[in-house]
Amino acid sequence: MNQQPNYTEHHPRWYRTRVSTYWWLEKPAYFLFILRELSSVFVAWFVVFLLMLVAAVTGGAESYRQFLAWAARPGVVALNVVSLLFVLLHTITWFNLAPQAMAVRFRGKRVPGIWIAGSNYAAWVIVSGVVLWLIVQ
Amino acid sequence: MPKGVEHKRPIEPLLWLLFSAGGVLAALFVPVLLFLFGLAFPLGWLPAPSHSHMLALFGHPITRIVLFVLCVLSLFFWAHRFRYTLYDGLQIKHLNEVINVLCYGGAIVGSIVAGYILWQVPH
Repeated sequence: MNQQPNYTEHHPRWYRTRVSTYWWLEKPAYFLFILRELSSVFVAWFVVFLLMLVAAVTGGAESYRQFLAWAARPGVVALNVVSLLFVLLHTITWFNLAPQAMAVRFRGKRVPGIWIAGSNYAAWVIVSGVVLWLIVQ
Repeated sequence: MPKGVEHKRPIEPLLWLLFSAGGVLAALFVPVLLFLFGLAFPLGWLPAPSHSHMLALFGHPITRIVLFVLCVLSLFFWAHRFRYTLYDGLQIKHLNEVINVLCYGGAIVGSIVAGYILWQVPH
């Protein structure tokens, strides 16, 4: 041990255990994490779908009718069912994490997390109600 | 980015801000819209709104502003989260720069397309 340490010009590499590419299959919690992350892909698909709808409405009554007929095809319906499940996963995980992300104080006391999550859910109900009221005739 | 390194990427906080704003808007708006236009109307669970109603709705400036903000922030939300999904999930860190360009570049291009399509609605 009395050897001179071997200094190098650069920082030595840290020792890191190798992590499998499929680490997220090891535990249900990891898998849920990856599903939650993947929900973003379906949010992006929704943007594409919404813009297709807007373009179809711009194109006239016939193109709007064709869009609805296309959206009723089994493949598109299946994609939208999967997308809706992922988007709901996003909504629920996002609102449940909100209390951790924001520490709201009222009269010097921290507002309990359930109130913050609850107000998010209340906003969700209100927004959904207004959208339904605007769209459904 | 060899030159901007000393600034420690000043754009990163902005990206997180866009991510969280997009996450909130997507959580609030996307489920009901996807349910209506993806399932309820095409499958006939609810009567689809008439074309004139949709045209009046999309033609309103407030609707178009809301939809534009929803599209832009949702796209940046996607870009940010998907970037980290690839980073953590597949551990392809050596492709970092390419992934960043594809994700954020995709969000920027998508935002421009969204603005164009929403501007095209007769108003």
